[in-house]
Amino acid sequence: MLSGALRCVRPTIHTIALSRQLAHFRPQMEAGGNRPVETAIRTKLTQAFQPEHMEVLNESHMHAVPPGSESHFRVLVVSTQFEGQSLLQRHRMVNEALREELSTCVHALAIQAKTPQQWGSNPSLAKSPPCLGGSKHDSTVAEKLKAGRD
Amino acid sequence: MNSIIRSTARCLRAGNTLYRSNQVNGHLSFVSVRLCSSDAIQKNLGEMVKKDKVVVFMKGTPAQPMCGFSNAVVQILRMHGVDEYTSYNVLEDQDIRQGVKTFSNWPTIPQVFFNGEFVGGCDILLQMHQNGDLVDELQKLGIRSALLDAEKESK
Repeated sequence: MLSGALRCVRPTIHTIALSRQLAHFRPQMEAGGNRPVETAIRTKLTQAFQPEHMEVLNESHMHAVPPGSESHFRVLVVSTQFEGQSLLQRHRMVNEALREELSTCVHALAIQAKTPQQWGSNPSLAKSPPCLGGSKHDSTVAEKLKAGRD
Repeated sequence: MNSIIRSTARCLRAGNTLYRSNQVNGHLSFVSVRLCSSDAIQKNLGEMVKKDKVVVFMKGTPAQPMCGFSNAVVQILRMHGVDEYTSYNVLEDQDIRQGVKTFSNWPTIPQVFFNGEFVGGCDILLQMHQNGDLVDELQKLGIRSALLDAEKESK
């Protein structure tokens, strides 16, 4: 039981230590609430789906990346365009709309794609699972974060 | 430059990665012609995804997932009693990591395949689990979900 607790705490300690170390590398986008990637995602999803409802959440703070990152997102899109489409097709449509972001700075994208009817009968946003620290020593994530800043 | 072009062409014909010595500015250097290895990787992936009824490309291993989303896939499969399957740790192989994204035209990891067919990532598997589709899909694979037995017991 104690070792289990320690296992949970250890990654958190690492994340805090990493955050402290990288705090002074805070990306400039933080200044004045500038969130270019989030803005781009909102714009593209709106253009592609004319959604009745949409939520775009930057979940980067839940992961082992520096503060102010725009690397991990959760999106919820409610649109009539999903009617008659399988889950896979819907997710592919969302991926396609965000192709550029996904090939550059966005490392993870959690998607909920619902029809207005589905949203009406269950208006809830799913929660992302807890991070297990995979991004910490991941050089490709570091590259993507840099791509987001440049 | 010409020697690189020639070796690339030879490589494309052969369909293999090859190592070739080259004389560049008077220095001998070994050039790994990796331009064509992406085709080899795509071919390998085509075989890898059919290796088992359930194949998962993930970060870490089922015993030690290194990502919350990959872990979610492992846990969902475990809930259905699916503990024996083939998994590939993309953190150990960047070629596979990039290759599988091209293969399935899907930008993220984890990726789940049933009978060689791409099913989706963590979100899709979770929704299939929640709406009961996963039990049906596993049944099509000849796998009886543990949840069916759990239901039986509770009745």
